[in-house]
Amino acid sequence: MTAPIDILLDGQVRCVAEGSSLQQLMDELGLQPADAGTAVNGQFVPRAARAEHHLQPGDSVLLFRAIVGG
Amino acid sequence: MNEHMTLDTWKVGDTELASRFLLGTAGYPSPQVLCDAIAASGTQVVTVGLKRSLGAAGDNGFIGMIRDAVRAQGARLLPNTAGCRQAREAVQLAHMARELYDTAWIKLEVVGDEHTLQPDTFELVDAARQLVRDGFTVLPYCTDDLVTCRRLLDAGCPVLMPWAAPIGSGQGIVNPQALRTLRERLPDATLIIDAGIGAPSHAAQALEMGFDAVLLNSAVSQSGDPVTMAGAFRDAIRAGRAAHRAGVMASQSFAVPSTPVTGQPFILGA
Repeated sequence: MTAPIDILLDGQVRCVAEGSSLQQLMDELGLQPADAGTAVNGQFVPRAARAEHHLQPGDSVLLFRAIVGG
Repeated sequence: MNEHMTLDTWKVGDTELASRFLLGTAGYPSPQVLCDAIAASGTQVVTVGLKRSLGAAGDNGFIGMIRDAVRAQGARLLPNTAGCRQAREAVQLAHMARELYDTAWIKLEVVGDEHTLQPDTFELVDAARQLVRDGFTVLPYCTDDLVTCRRLLDAGCPVLMPWAAPIGSGQGIVNPQALRTLRERLPDATLIIDAGIGAPSHAAQALEMGFDAVLLNSAVSQSGDPVTMAGAFRDAIRAGRAAHRAGVMASQSFAVPSTPVTGQPFILGA
């Protein structure tokens, strides 16, 4: 059993399993790969790299979605 | 109309476009009204955005309908980096936009003042350089400052998008002299007037002045009838462009009679 760690998800504290990948976080949130863009600590993480991007305690994850715009 | 007047395309990078009307998608009363406005505008470039997502409400079906409308019309999406204050932020957001929207086109916005939403030209040029290196087609939203515009062209931007007035203000072209100078000093650059357009007459004026296209959003979406207004802008933009190509007469400070009479037709009381 791995210990949980705290990360920030869109500015809110969230607990995830130690060693969780960004892709696993997306899965937990019920998001399809193309549903959102991802950044960790201000750096863009491409869709193809999410499975190998393991989250660390205190990481700040931001998710971005398509919206209308001018 | 002669053939010369009908062949009037322009380019963003390698992409040839016929419509000179770029349309934003924010603030419409419903997805259907937006789609109908896109159709009425005849646009080939539609702007979209990105938003931090988790706590945000859904998009109420707007994005799905935009994608369908754009596909039906053979148009392209132009995502923006609205909300960015630093080059670093804008670069990261542009990469995300490329992945989400599957396009290398980016409307680069880096704002430096909250009240006027005036672009931060230093951060803008920095971000443009990085994004061009990363393979983006960068369309920067900029001021009418000539030297900044030159720096953006030097950075590799294929198009510049100087403002007419602050975003959403609807004031029209507040500094025509600066824009005229820009047009004259950068005769080979592709220049799109972006932001501040409020009425079709403003758009026509921009095209008459020789600008290549206009990008606007609020003037259509905030109209009482966005679909009709989209058509009005389409027609005004076509008219302005045709007028520019035909050649607008020089203004003069004195009267010149247009009817070729000689003297007075009647001499009364002689």
